Amino acid sequence: MELLFVILIGLFFAAAVYLMLSKFLVRVLLGVVLLGNAVNLSLFTNGRILRDVPPIIPAGHDVPATLTANPLPQALILTAIVISFSFFAFLLVLVYRAYQDLGTDNANEMRVAEPENDPLPPAGY
Amino acid sequence: MNTLIFRTVAPFLTALMVLFSLFVLLRGHNEPGGGFIGGLIAVSAFAIYGIANGVAAVRQALWFHPMAIAAFGLFIACIAGLLSFVFAVPFMTGLWVYPTILGVEIPLSSVMLFDAGVYLVVVGSITSIALALEAEDDV
Amino acid sequence: MAVSPADLSAAFVMTPVAPADWLVVLPPAWCILAGAVLLMLRKSVRLQAMIAIPALAILVLVDALLLVHVSQNGPVTMVMGRWLPPFGIAFTADLTGVLFALAGAVVALAGSVHALSDIDGTGRRYGFYPFLLLLMAGVSGAFLTGDIFNLYVWFEVLLISSFGLIVLGSEARQIDGAIKYAFLNLVATTLFLIATGYLYGIFGTLNMADIAVKAAAGRADLPLMTLATLYLVAFGMKAAAFPVNFWLPASYHTPRVVVSALFAGLLTKVGIYALLRTLIMLFPIEREELSVVIALAGVATMLVGALGALGQSDIRRLLGYVVISGIGVMLVGLSLGSPGGVGGAIFYALHSMVVMTALYMVAGLAGRLAGTFDLNRLGGLHTRSALFSTLSLVLFFAVSGLPPFSGFWPKVMVAKAAMDIGAWWLVAAVFLTGFLTTIALGRVFALAYWRPAGEALPDAAIPASALLPLVALTALTVGFGLFPNALLATIQHAAQGLADPRAYIGSVFPGVN
Repeated sequence: MELLFVILIGLFFAAAVYLMLSKFLVRVLLGVVLLGNAVNLSLFTNGRILRDVPPIIPAGHDVPATLTANPLPQALILTAIVISFSFFAFLLVLVYRAYQDLGTDNANEMRVAEPENDPLPPAGY
Repeated sequence: MNTLIFRTVAPFLTALMVLFSLFVLLRGHNEPGGGFIGGLIAVSAFAIYGIANGVAAVRQALWFHPMAIAAFGLFIACIAGLLSFVFAVPFMTGLWVYPTILGVEIPLSSVMLFDAGVYLVVVGSITSIALALEAEDDV
Repeated sequence: MAVSPADLSAAFVMTPVAPADWLVVLPPAWCILAGAVLLMLRKSVRLQAMIAIPALAILVLVDALLLVHVSQNGPVTMVMGRWLPPFGIAFTADLTGVLFALAGAVVALAGSVHALSDIDGTGRRYGFYPFLLLLMAGVSGAFLTGDIFNLYVWFEVLLISSFGLIVLGSEARQIDGAIKYAFLNLVATTLFLIATGYLYGIFGTLNMADIAVKAAAGRADLPLMTLATLYLVAFGMKAAAFPVNFWLPASYHTPRVVVSALFAGLLTKVGIYALLRTLIMLFPIEREELSVVIALAGVATMLVGALGALGQSDIRRLLGYVVISGIGVMLVGLSLGSPGGVGGAIFYALHSMVVMTALYMVAGLAGRLAGTFDLNRLGGLHTRSALFSTLSLVLFFAVSGLPPFSGFWPKVMVAKAAMDIGAWWLVAAVFLTGFLTTIALGRVFALAYWRPAGEALPDAAIPASALLPLVALTALTVGFGLFPNALLATIQHAAQGLADPRAYIGSVFPGVN
């Protein structure tokens, strides 16, 4: 089970890196989303996969009666999902604005902040 | 999306979904549910209302600016944590009171206050993003 | 000294929490509270500054009280929700964290006052002050948390707020800079999350004190080198270390100048702090093995920064490279790992927070007085204001590491620590960088201040609200340059506390030692 997940995570990472190496921001954005999912899967797998009962302590007990699934990775993933979701929303709006204002989604052509022929500082006084 | 059927149904659907979101919020303490998922349901409700009647109608119906709603949620969530100071327990410790209202014992807690804060943060922040994106479509 | 999680008796201890312990969680909680209030009052532009500046002054006060408390009683811990550590999220303040938090609060206070004249009504309606407070919540939380996943969450809080600040005004160049800043920082924090996932898989805990104990106990069988390397890359990217520094000069000159000033003072230093926390406290043996890599990266960072600064004509972009060269000095201190090296890195980080913020303010005022940031066109600033010119010169010397200003002592500490192990090439690199930085900034002074104005200067004056924080920050750098003894002693304690975290662990798990 773990091995299957590890292979899946590897595929996710490979696809994410491939997309992020593109110079078109929309693809980079999709790469970022895939990367977030790859990380969430890896967090999940790191918590050890157990197909056991949900981690709920039955009434009248102080500790769980049997071996339960690990709830902490799920809490971590939930946090990470919320964060990556808000980042995705922000980046989506940002890329859209960039496309409107700069007229391109090609990162190589975005040279407003760093102009190509920036003059050198004067060499003498 | 601007059919008569949809525009007629949308307000009822919105009302129903907001009510359901509150139910999910309150259910969340001991059963699946809670502020985050409840907030998302409420946002979907406002999004539906926005698709049917336009962004301006949602803003008018909400009365407060979505960001102000989110800020208020953040504020009460923070207050829920800081209440512990008064009782000399660590930050964010759950505090409970059991008032009896109309013969029914109602457990109220700082945890619930925190969850309500989360609900409002989610409602406010995601509604403001959704409305911004829907407004872009109109242009 | 293994910690038994089965010891549940402590869970039923109901000792009331001392009010002083609340100082640990108060900085982030207070910032969130104030930020939320400001966000609700976003429409009333006048109230924003009237609430934000006192709120940040209170933050400085709280951090100062925390510093006093920690230096008297050792590290302080509070675990959220009366859970037992390692299960609850712990906030642990030790000297290193508190020093960084205090410096960050001072910088933010100075920035908030400076913003009075730099951020106009539109910027305030857009939410400059709420974002600043939320940024400070993230920064203070990152410095004070004792839980590594919580550190990730605070990183995200400060990142989201910094996104809000960097696009304030929505000019085309800001969006261009923000794209590069946002994507690369997102990749860095994702790397951090990957590393933290593996860390949880290895240790089964996220509490930093618990990790330190478990790493020391079971080092031989665990793949800790992988973790240390992942953290080095992730935090190195946040700190803008070579070769992952290119997002910084691409973006730091685009937002409002006061936003650049706050970023330069706060954000990269959070990366340095996280590097210190993970590599010195959690994985010291692995850092030892990586030390040559870190040292080389540090030297390259210093030289790239200094040479980059020489080649820029826009003074804000020039300062971006100066920030990078400072990061190099801290990395060299980190690579040495000795108390002197780590102490030097901490001192340099604190110095850099103050001085880089002040320098960006100088650049902003110079631009406002002359109407341009271009070295080819700047001139005659000395005749406009001799006081401003003097302050600038002091800050230029301070950042170059010349005595008697605060940049001198940490460089001496790092150089001495390098000499102790015979690493003369590190010493040479530190002094070469100082020399090149002096040339770059000396040229700025000669061209922009000394040279007669080539064209008629616009009629602008420096408002007192912009000058006051600049004077205060310059006074700090002069003060700690002339009288470094108290700070040096505190920093040495802080560095020892990082290298030998027994007190830190003892504060999280009372009664273990």
